[in-house]
Amino acid sequence: MSLDIGVWIGALLTLGIFSFLYRDNPFYKLCESIFVGVSAGYWFCVFFFDNMVRKFYFGVFPSEAGIEPKYFLIVGAVLGALMLTRLIPSIGWISRWPLSFIVGATAGLYMMLFFVSNGLNQVADTMLPLYRETAGGDFDPAETLGTILVFIGTFTGLIYFFFSKEHKGLFGGAARVGIFFLMVTFGAAFGYTVMSRMSLLIGRMDFLFRDWLGLLG
Amino acid sequence: MPPAPGARSIASGGRVLILTLTLITLTSSLLATDPGPGSIAPPTLIMVNDLDYDNGESLTISWVPSLDDVPGQSEVVAYRILRSSGGGQEATIGTVLAGESTFVDQSVNRDSAYVYRVATIAANGGEGYSLPTDAVVPNREWLNWDLVWLFLACLVLGGSVVFFIETARRGKKLFVRKIAGLEAIDEAIGRATEMGRPILYIPGIQDMDEVETLASLTILGKVSRQIADYDTQLFMPVARSLVMTAGRETIKTSYLEAGRADAFNEDMVRYITDEQFGYVAAVDGYMVRERPATIFLLGAFFGESLVLAEMGNSVGAIQIAGTARPPQIPFFVAACDYTLIGEELFAASAYLSGEPRQLGSLKGQDVGKGIAMAVILIGVAAATIAELTGSGFFAGVVSTLQNVFTTR
Repeated sequence: MSLDIGVWIGALLTLGIFSFLYRDNPFYKLCESIFVGVSAGYWFCVFFFDNMVRKFYFGVFPSEAGIEPKYFLIVGAVLGALMLTRLIPSIGWISRWPLSFIVGATAGLYMMLFFVSNGLNQVADTMLPLYRETAGGDFDPAETLGTILVFIGTFTGLIYFFFSKEHKGLFGGAARVGIFFLMVTFGAAFGYTVMSRMSLLIGRMDFLFRDWLGLLG
Repeated sequence: MPPAPGARSIASGGRVLILTLTLITLTSSLLATDPGPGSIAPPTLIMVNDLDYDNGESLTISWVPSLDDVPGQSEVVAYRILRSSGGGQEATIGTVLAGESTFVDQSVNRDSAYVYRVATIAANGGEGYSLPTDAVVPNREWLNWDLVWLFLACLVLGGSVVFFIETARRGKKLFVRKIAGLEAIDEAIGRATEMGRPILYIPGIQDMDEVETLASLTILGKVSRQIADYDTQLFMPVARSLVMTAGRETIKTSYLEAGRADAFNEDMVRYITDEQFGYVAAVDGYMVRERPATIFLLGAFFGESLVLAEMGNSVGAIQIAGTARPPQIPFFVAACDYTLIGEELFAASAYLSGEPRQLGSLKGQDVGKGIAMAVILIGVAAATIAELTGSGFFAGVVSTLQNVFTTR
């Protein structure tokens, strides 16, 4: 069994969180509060030193000779400071300006990213022949089937996400095929992710049985 | 005296060469090299190319490998790239392995001229230096003509959006199909009201720079307006401080619109922690203790999605979830009553609000999808015909369409 106080604290907190599997209890509430409090404080320190000190202060006032000061960072600092006007009710409305800036800039930047990666490139990559041949020029049934499935899945998926027409008749049938493809995809993703969660559980068990109790070699 | 045969083409090629010399410099030949110390042959034909359509931040150096760089039995181990600028001292800026013949220098400034040499490094320590190139200045291009098709696509999409917004503003009713999860919002809020239990609204764990969070807050505006009308208790735990501020603003506006400013309380939106599973621990604890009747999980989620949705399911809450993250959607489908899949989350705000701007935007996107479907049909048909018949025309059609729609 470990004699490290840090391992003991980690193990007891882990058991406290696991106790929630039985029911809500004071031990879990204690661990929850510690977890939330410590992590909030931790992230405050990380954000403060990362953004205020490292990026802003050393960006505007470089510590090494030859590095150009980044005065544009002052714009961000001013916008950040404006957020604090919420603390003064009479001018609290000013805090909407930096929020508007963030929302507008985000929407603009991501529009192109999503349009290209989720739109244009997907269309280009779907334009494949529905008849495939091997390198030797013979019919390749596996590749052909794969391409057909990609085409049908993409096309009917687009139909499902078409909002301007009611899902009825032939259009509705195609949309149902689209949702079928989506559900098959989700099913595969579900299984894959569950396995990755199992690895997280195994990691915790390994910590308890190996690092804490020393039962595993 | 008439020009000699071929002189015209030589003169024409010369003009092209002069133009190209601003970008490409040919500086050495097989005969014009400097062996330097050691007996290893240096690389030849050192070329410096300025990258097209960039911000003047990179130059590509290429060369013909050393005669001693023979695959499988090479005496050469690497090439060293040396650079000088403004008459300053030459310095090594990078090394590549034998067999390679290009190096991209991304540490240049667009107003400076650079001279390069490439050295062969032999296994025995010998080195062979090429002659220096002419000075090359990286250029900044203001327009990226590689993206002209993207620009046109944006014009078409943007034009469609503007057209439909104007159409909606003129009073024409724009049809949007029913979205099951949104139809259930009334029922979900009504249920919480009847049971006298709170409504829990979880906007994901990402910040305001995430488009799903923005969509979630737009939906929150409509949901909280209804909650204000019903005078039901609302709680929204957040994992980002900016989302807390934006969430409070959103709910406050809704309560003001509903004439219930007195019922608004800033504690409806509470910051928990940025830590993913610390946030989950707190929200799960809230679910078990307060037993909300209705839970909205709308926004950007990661590994916490299943934990939250399962807990909500176990306390018997009616759950409406939505995210655009494919790995998390299966968990919502499995554990929630209604799930907004992918783009339905973004369509939801337009559907709920009925505002011309949002409806017009949704309709404009549908035009884009219609064009995409048509292009896919044409492209697949042309590719299939080209594959079956070997037709160059149809292969050209596919190639053109793929060039138009490919932006890397």
